[in-house]
Amino acid sequence: MPGKGRAVCVGADIDTDLVIAGRYLRTKDHSIWVEHVFEDLDPTLASRLNGAVIVAGKNFGCGSSREQAAIAIREAGVVAVVAPSFARIFFRNAINVGLPLIECDLPCTEGSLVAFDLAEGWVDAEGKKYTTPRLSSRMQAILAAGGLVNYWRTCQ
Amino acid sequence: MGTLSERILHGTAGEYVDRVVDRAYVHDGTGVLTLEAWKSMGERRLKDAAHLHVLFDHIVPANNSTTATLQHELREFARSSFLHFSDIGSGICHQIMSEGIVLPGDVVVGADSHSCTLGAFGAFATGVGATDMAAIWMTGETWFRVPESIGMHLSGTFTGATEAKDLALTYVSRLGMDGASYQALEFIGEGTPALPMDDRLTLCNLAVETGAKAGMFYADDVTVQYLATAGHEVKPQEPEPCRYIRELDFDLSDIVPVIAVPPRVDKVKPVHDLAGLPLDQVFVGTCTNGRYTDLARFARIVKGRNVAVRTIVVPASRAVLQEAIRTGVLDDLVEAGCTLGTPGCGPCLGAHMGVLGEGEVCLSTANRNFKNRMGVGGEIYLSSVATAAASALEGEITEPEVA
Repeated sequence: MPGKGRAVCVGADIDTDLVIAGRYLRTKDHSIWVEHVFEDLDPTLASRLNGAVIVAGKNFGCGSSREQAAIAIREAGVVAVVAPSFARIFFRNAINVGLPLIECDLPCTEGSLVAFDLAEGWVDAEGKKYTTPRLSSRMQAILAAGGLVNYWRTCQ
Repeated sequence: MGTLSERILHGTAGEYVDRVVDRAYVHDGTGVLTLEAWKSMGERRLKDAAHLHVLFDHIVPANNSTTATLQHELREFARSSFLHFSDIGSGICHQIMSEGIVLPGDVVVGADSHSCTLGAFGAFATGVGATDMAAIWMTGETWFRVPESIGMHLSGTFTGATEAKDLALTYVSRLGMDGASYQALEFIGEGTPALPMDDRLTLCNLAVETGAKAGMFYADDVTVQYLATAGHEVKPQEPEPCRYIRELDFDLSDIVPVIAVPPRVDKVKPVHDLAGLPLDQVFVGTCTNGRYTDLARFARIVKGRNVAVRTIVVPASRAVLQEAIRTGVLDDLVEAGCTLGTPGCGPCLGAHMGVLGEGEVCLSTANRNFKNRMGVGGEIYLSSVATAAASALEGEITEPEVA
């Protein structure tokens, strides 16, 4: 799965409360999550996410298991999230909702082009190519299906 | 031979395995998304509803009509599909699962990050998201990467006013917020037999704040006796020689009362260093410290006096509330000026009651102090129950006195 987008840089240990605050969770209206994504981190961020690759510090998505965090990022138009490490529940959630994650300690310049290929296991930023760990074959299949719901739909 | 995780998951650290789940549970928050995902998966079949639980605890009672409608739909589904259902007022999902449902050796998955609490019983218990849970509803199983384990050697006994919560915050500080990512914490050593179940639940509860997948105690005589009162006959688990990826030593007699400073759970300081910090609210409760022993400890300290700051006490479950009524603990709390909430998560997640205002400071016995979590512009300091009680009486952060 190849992809590319403009880098949006965020820090380390971004918890899921910062991705989408508890006060916005009780709805099925995804547009509310898209509107308020990262609001408590930086209220200007949401408007810059369409077509972006989020480049984060370590332990992205720590804290609450709220899947709305991964859904909000995906539906805001983020192409992928790159970070040296992800919190494990967020990692599973992101794959399950079809949001590509890439484990890589990438330098970040806001707005620079980041290209990647999940299947081949590389990410390219600022003229430098980094090798990245490949997802398990099952996780790749879930991502390729667009998430776990579609994966099960097509499995049955 | 292996770690407790390896033995329960029947795999070697690093290996991916598919395992049948013994208990799977959701709450009113994650349950809504789980139900949506499950409906979308196609066949709409449930694998063994007898092992599936829906427990309302996050926003109880509902705070507005949107929440009420979402809860109504999930409630109707749970009842009509014969899932175990706990309605508002029953208590926190992890607490109810700890009151005689989860057993040693179980594989337990909860759609909540603090599901790791139940590792206190020698179960493999971990959190997942809603869509993973939907697949578990459908198939009865899920995949795990068998975690490496960190040996947490406990020795000695707590002294003075120190509690398990102080040890929990101390180990989070030592490991850091991602120090145990994808790993399991195994609490072992000569210091463990003396720890009651409530302390073990508190210690396992904070495991996820280090990124850990699970926090675990081996079932021993304490576990066996605790579960016997709930009508279960279980056997202790004998530790076997195994390989830990890392080992840490904690002498319980060295642990002092501490506080986690916002906005990080691993930013921990001795209470002494923060003494005098003015408070707007004290909150006692949650899956970390809302059990009967916590309420009783708080009541013992504030009994006969008045709290100097608004203080919200939320029992972790109906059973906790009933015990507090029976023993007079509740009376002592009300007499001291505490405000009581419905058994459940209370203000911990900032979605309804007890929300903080801009610039307000709360001392909480919960497990997270992230930015804006309990209200925009509010700050959360995390402490033990004894520190919360001493501080509630003074209206500022105060070192707990030795009992």
